[in-house]
Amino acid sequence: MLNQISNGRQTPEAAMAGRQQVYSVCGMCSVRCPIVVEVEDGKAVRIEGNPKSPLKGSLCARGAAGIALEMDTERPQRPLIRVGERGEGTWREASWDEALDYVAGKLKDITAAHGGRSVLFSDRGGPFVDLHQAFMRGLGSPNYCNHDSACARNVQHAAKSVMGIGRKEVVYDYRNCKHLVLQTRNILEAINVAEANAVLDGMEKGCKLSVVDIRATYTAGKADNFYMVRPGSDLAFNLAVIHVLINEGLYNKPYVEAHVQDLDALARHVATCTPQWAEGETGVPAAAITALARQLAEAAPNVIWHPGWMVARYDDSFHVCRTAYIINALLGSIGAKGGLPIANKPGDVGRKGLKKLVDLYPAPEEKRADGVGWRHTQFDGGPGLINLAYDAIATGDPYPVKAYICYRHDPLMAMPDAEAMKRKWEGLDLLVSVTFSWSDTAWHSDVVLPLSTYLSRESIIASKGGLKPQFFVRKRAMQPTLDTKADWEILCGLARRLGMDKLAFDRIEDIWEYQLQPTGVTMADFDAKGFVELCDAPRYREDAELKFATSSGKLEMISPKWTKAGEPSLRPYAAPPAPPQGMFRIAFGRTALHTQGHTVNNPLLAEQMPTNVAWINTARAAELGIADGELLEVLDARGTAAGRIRAFVTDFVHPEALFMVHGFGHRLPVESRARGKGVADQDLMPGGLERYDRAGGGISMQEHFVAVRKAAARA
Amino acid sequence: MSTYCIVTDERRCISCKACEVHCKVKNAMPVGIKLGEHFTEGPVPGPNGAPLYRTLYMPCFHCEQPECVDVCPTGAMTKREADGIVHVVADDCIGCGACLEACPWHIPQWNEDGDKAVKCDLCMDRIDAGLKPACVTGCTTHALALVGQDDPRYEEQRKRAPQRVLAER
Ligand code: SF4
Ligand code: SF4
Ligand code: SF4
Repeated sequence: MLNQISNGRQTPEAAMAGRQQVYSVCGMCSVRCPIVVEVEDGKAVRIEGNPKSPLKGSLCARGAAGIALEMDTERPQRPLIRVGERGEGTWREASWDEALDYVAGKLKDITAAHGGRSVLFSDRGGPFVDLHQAFMRGLGSPNYCNHDSACARNVQHAAKSVMGIGRKEVVYDYRNCKHLVLQTRNILEAINVAEANAVLDGMEKGCKLSVVDIRATYTAGKADNFYMVRPGSDLAFNLAVIHVLINEGLYNKPYVEAHVQDLDALARHVATCTPQWAEGETGVPAAAITALARQLAEAAPNVIWHPGWMVARYDDSFHVCRTAYIINALLGSIGAKGGLPIANKPGDVGRKGLKKLVDLYPAPEEKRADGVGWRHTQFDGGPGLINLAYDAIATGDPYPVKAYICYRHDPLMAMPDAEAMKRKWEGLDLLVSVTFSWSDTAWHSDVVLPLSTYLSRESIIASKGGLKPQFFVRKRAMQPTLDTKADWEILCGLARRLGMDKLAFDRIEDIWEYQLQPTGVTMADFDAKGFVELCDAPRYREDAELKFATSSGKLEMISPKWTKAGEPSLRPYAAPPAPPQGMFRIAFGRTALHTQGHTVNNPLLAEQMPTNVAWINTARAAELGIADGELLEVLDARGTAAGRIRAFVTDFVHPEALFMVHGFGHRLPVESRARGKGVADQDLMPGGLERYDRAGGGISMQEHFVAVRKAAARA
Repeated sequence: MSTYCIVTDERRCISCKACEVHCKVKNAMPVGIKLGEHFTEGPVPGPNGAPLYRTLYMPCFHCEQPECVDVCPTGAMTKREADGIVHVVADDCIGCGACLEACPWHIPQWNEDGDKAVKCDLCMDRIDAGLKPACVTGCTTHALALVGQDDPRYEEQRKRAPQRVLAER
């Protein structure tokens, strides 16, 4: 089979079907599963999970629907430069040269007037950000951010505060686990394909599953224990579990002796947090909480109490995550096989890591505009807190921020209160979106640079830590069907125009070669499987090898870093306020069929799930005279309606909560399938951009109340 | 009876619907047509009142005495001798729609694109190439399996599935 794809290879089956197979990496969500793309006559025709990876062919619905994204013309088709007002949707089409010249020209003017630091960049994190960070360093700006204050920042900071290392520096060893607790982690709907399989494999081997949630997710449907907690009361639940572990002497004494600092303070902190007390707060029977603690102690250290992923939810989410790590610490599961073993980096298995593109330029000495690292000393400098960077745009404090590049990131949909955000952005002289789909943010931008889909672009080589660390690479399975470009083509193209010659690569092969220099790995090594494992067997560490990157070298119940920042490590529980009469607390979550808002217009996924529904507890629905399937209007706390949605009436959602899947309620005229379908939870959070967990940095998106009324009543 | 049958392991199925999407992509089916359909019921109270979801993926049953084949005037709907796979020979289909009416489970679908009947053929091209059906290979959690008559799940699926489907439709 001859076509333009240089990296394609063939299997007997594919050859029989006249197809080429290209190993690559999915881009439909942020997990980046290993895939194999079947290509016929230069076009991708089918995708499955990489059969040589742990996925063994499996791939979720979004991954399966990837080709529909490439073939969809309802996405930015060529570079666009705004001609009307921001958000008006009037554009002129531009060639790539013209668009890149335009952006580079603006960036030159802005940095000449306000310095490199006046440029802000945000993405959605992940394994390919080295290139983005290098670009920002080349500009001399410290203001690289990601989306994480609307996602996992609270977990990340909780991990740092207890273990001194980040959340991804431990592995969840599901296959060897005996009891898994999922709290704010809907692992079978917010899916990572390899992880979902590992969890189910573990359960087949006898692992018990306990789920703490405000509603019966598909995950809860498989649980041995399901605890439907009052929304916002997770901390009380966790403190009671800690209380039982300590008071009944169930914790792992030798481990705690060796690795835990300040157990006494923790014991004092939970002295009055009895299961009876927690029953009053959470609605979960005291006996059930006690029984769970005992079950966990029996399974220890092969226990995972998952600290969560998307935990930008409550004002105390940081402390919920912290207590999750603390429970793991008491059970001795941090570092243990079947618990949370330490992830290995290339150096841990005697190999060399990739050469970093950021190292092309010196780290900027400038302080971050979002105040992270100097005003807010407990937070991680890496990706900062994007919402606080917007304050700098609005106020010029600590200095003017005048240009903003959003890469594959749609803050207007990902964070609360789009109108407030747009007002802050009025201070920008340049707003650029690099995107493969339309988004509220792209629509509001000055320049839209259309990114090729993951099927028609390459990415830089990525490094992934784990029990068996590996390198992996995304290859181009087909040429773009629209006038789009790869991330490296866009950023290196801008780099060239800005005189950042070291980053002005012409060919992806040159970038790959640069990255691989120290590693002893060559591109040919990726041919066999699409990824390169850096050791043969999973490497677990012995207990004696455990040393944590905290100031004490132990797992810290009290973190000096947080104390210094004026944040108590052991915060007393404060009960969440009940919703006002007739109202609900907004709650949102995920489905396996969509990735936030950016797949809702995909023809195949829109067919599967065109809209969202509002979960309402049966008793509350009866009070309000609402029937299952009835069309409702949802109103925010000010009484503003945010669109129409059908009621899903069930006993299996907490009476105080109104739950909906995030990502719906699109309004853009360019998205015919997504437009006008369902309700956007983030539209129901007025003032929500200002409400964040001061200790952990996550935005508190479930600290808002909403009301519903029958849609017909207004007509 | 067909030699094979696709079974759903409810303990693994997570109702993610990837099976449907993998089928549609493999068979290039337009929006509106599903050759295999996935059903989820729930949450319903399980034992101890804990929530439960019932799930089932339903491709064609490949019946022993397929009514769709019986009514087809041209022989386009045909049962493959070797392994009992019931499939449409597209060139012979005149688009009369008789099979759509005849199948008790509404398995054959109308494809406006070509005005012909289409249905699950167990991905016989893949089976013939030594591969599994697209839905089975792609299933997110390996909840689906293609089993033969000697597998205990074969009988169970054939007894259980039709009742479940009737209850849903
Ligand atoms: S792909 Fe598998 S897990 Fe998902 S719904 Fe279908 S059968 Fe169930
Ligand atoms: S289409 Fe219907 S009648 Fe024909 S084989 Fe399948 S299930 Fe049986
Ligand atoms: S066997 Fe093939 S045609 Fe039948 S449902 Fe599965 S993927 Fe579709």
